[in-house]
Amino acid sequence: MTAVAITETEGEYNFAYLDEQTKRMIRRAILKGIAIPGYQVPFAAREMPMPYGWGTGGVQVTAAVLGREDTLKVIDQGSDDTTNAVAIRGFFEKTAQVKTTSATKDATIIQTRHRIPEKELTEDQILVFQVPIPEPLRFLEPRETETRKMHALEEYGLMHVKLYEDIAHHGRIATTYAYPVKVADRYVMDPSPTPKFDNPKIDNMKALQLYGAGREKRIYAIPPYTKVKSLDFDDHPFEVQKFDKPCGLCGARHVYLDEVVLDDQGGRMFVCSDSDYCEERRADGHLGDMAANPAASHLAGKSSGTAKTEAGE
Amino acid sequence: MYVAVKGGEKAIRNAHRLMATKRRGDRSVPGLTLDQIAGQLAIAVTRVMGEGSLYDEGLAALAIKQARGDLIEAVFLLRAYRTTLPRFGYSEPVDTGAMLVERRISATFKDLPGGQLLGPTFDYTHRLLDFKLAADGELDTPLTAEVTETAMPRVTDLLSGEGLIEEDVQPEETAAVGDLTREPLSFPAGRDLRLQNLARGDEGFLLALAYSTQRGYGRTHPFAGEIRYGAVEVEFFAEELGFAVPLGRINVTECQMVNQFKGSAKVPPQFTRGYGLVFGQVERKAMSMAMVDRSLRCEELGEERTAPAQDEEFVMSHSDNVQATGFVEHLKLPHYVDFQAELDLVRRMRGEWFDRQAADQAAASDAIGSGATDTSEKEAAE
Repeated sequence: MTAVAITETEGEYNFAYLDEQTKRMIRRAILKGIAIPGYQVPFAAREMPMPYGWGTGGVQVTAAVLGREDTLKVIDQGSDDTTNAVAIRGFFEKTAQVKTTSATKDATIIQTRHRIPEKELTEDQILVFQVPIPEPLRFLEPRETETRKMHALEEYGLMHVKLYEDIAHHGRIATTYAYPVKVADRYVMDPSPTPKFDNPKIDNMKALQLYGAGREKRIYAIPPYTKVKSLDFDDHPFEVQKFDKPCGLCGARHVYLDEVVLDDQGGRMFVCSDSDYCEERRADGHLGDMAANPAASHLAGKSSGTAKTEAGE
Repeated sequence: MYVAVKGGEKAIRNAHRLMATKRRGDRSVPGLTLDQIAGQLAIAVTRVMGEGSLYDEGLAALAIKQARGDLIEAVFLLRAYRTTLPRFGYSEPVDTGAMLVERRISATFKDLPGGQLLGPTFDYTHRLLDFKLAADGELDTPLTAEVTETAMPRVTDLLSGEGLIEEDVQPEETAAVGDLTREPLSFPAGRDLRLQNLARGDEGFLLALAYSTQRGYGRTHPFAGEIRYGAVEVEFFAEELGFAVPLGRINVTECQMVNQFKGSAKVPPQFTRGYGLVFGQVERKAMSMAMVDRSLRCEELGEERTAPAQDEEFVMSHSDNVQATGFVEHLKLPHYVDFQAELDLVRRMRGEWFDRQAADQAAASDAIGSGATDTSEKEAAE
């Protein structure tokens, strides 16, 4: 059989992988999204060299807005070092040769999954979210034909009934992440599965927020300084998670914490989910009550020199 | 604790290196060549080409090798490559009536113009493991026959004279054919998009859906009107030349299901059709596709929509195995931020639940202690 011949055709990919035509198409969708805050714009998402559900929407949005002068930060669960964040950052290092950073303040574009950085973002930054299911009404109504109609008619009664039923059954709204918001008094939007702790940050944010859902082929946006309200009731106002303890490493309060299991005796500690924020605080001399504890040393990462050799194995 | 570790970069690199070694297997055994895969695992190769939407045996063989035989992973590799290729345009419709037929069977007629041609098939083999094959024993050379020039018209064309079977809908010459790889899908989708979606769809998913219609979930009473497999010519209309030029030949399986239909308010009683077309000899998929295509036409034929296989949005949104596998497997990614939020909620709700239980119990024992009647006991517990 001679039909099988593989030639070296891999060649070179375009800057940031996508061809310019595709980027233009995505930028048009982004502009439409910005013009209609919170509205889900259908776009012809491409097949990417990473699996659907692993950030293909965010990657396409980032690729479309990325320029050679940009500095990119990629986080997953608040951290730059989680495996998927590493993989996506590596993808852009390879295909776009842009500068990357883990410092929130140095980044011009931040692609994220499941968290918003603790440090307040600026007007010069773009926050790109990876979105698995863009439709906030999806689990109330599985049909796209129906949910599009509901958005068009601003028919959000079903969502309020759901929240009310939560209160009736559980005494509170039992949604802890992907907590629905209303954008600019019009569209109900899913802020992607960030914990509701982060919802107040998306209200009136200085940075542009872009949301990309690759598998579902939707893009939506929140322009800077846009009113974003978490849905609630007068007698059951929206509230965020509160942690009893400060971060064990840097002592920060009023930040989102990860619970880390230390042993099988019930030992655990709470540390900042935003690893850059935590490192910066420790570099500034803030220390939590577990900072000196050897059990926590491998969590401290870069800023504590001795920990580095244990890490990563 | 793989998520909290620093140095994920190194871990990923090492994991992939280990993977490459595992892929190669025992190094004292010769490695597979792409020719071996393309020539001897031909049905796997064509399945990957079909669901990967790219007709290239060499690349499909490479994808299968790279994916260690994981066909869905191979489909994904091929799709990710395909999406980077420049697109020059769309070919002319292939003429399956002019196919160089290697196999052609009809279950609805004993004989028909052009005859029945069994061709290469697993059908009627006894599924007994062939130990000679394990030892790579001698192989009989296949018998050959004279090539006949008789035309092999499609069964559905033979039947259509009487009006017993619905005519092919002839779209207007200028009507644009949809392409779901270029435009986001919206519902209701036309039959062109449905067929494209099914042609790219997962064989197993379509098989299960087709099977469900046979078991009563949206029954369509199908007969295998015709299944044909062979080579067809692909032509491309070159604007500069003003005529179509042949690009080459591809092997396809075409299946036309003929379905009993008692008529409805919209349509008189007649046979209706479902259509399946796939790359290579993947008959199971071609048949499943034809059955699901027919089921999805329920609206147009005025049938009641009751079953999953009739639900366009359900079928089309879940048929793509690259999408499905990505989203199912993304659960392997860290989710601890959201899990933390849920932990917090469950802890609080459990706390309240136990408090309530304790309060109820205390109230109940107080009531019994004071020798209260049934009604006051109930009140105390409120």
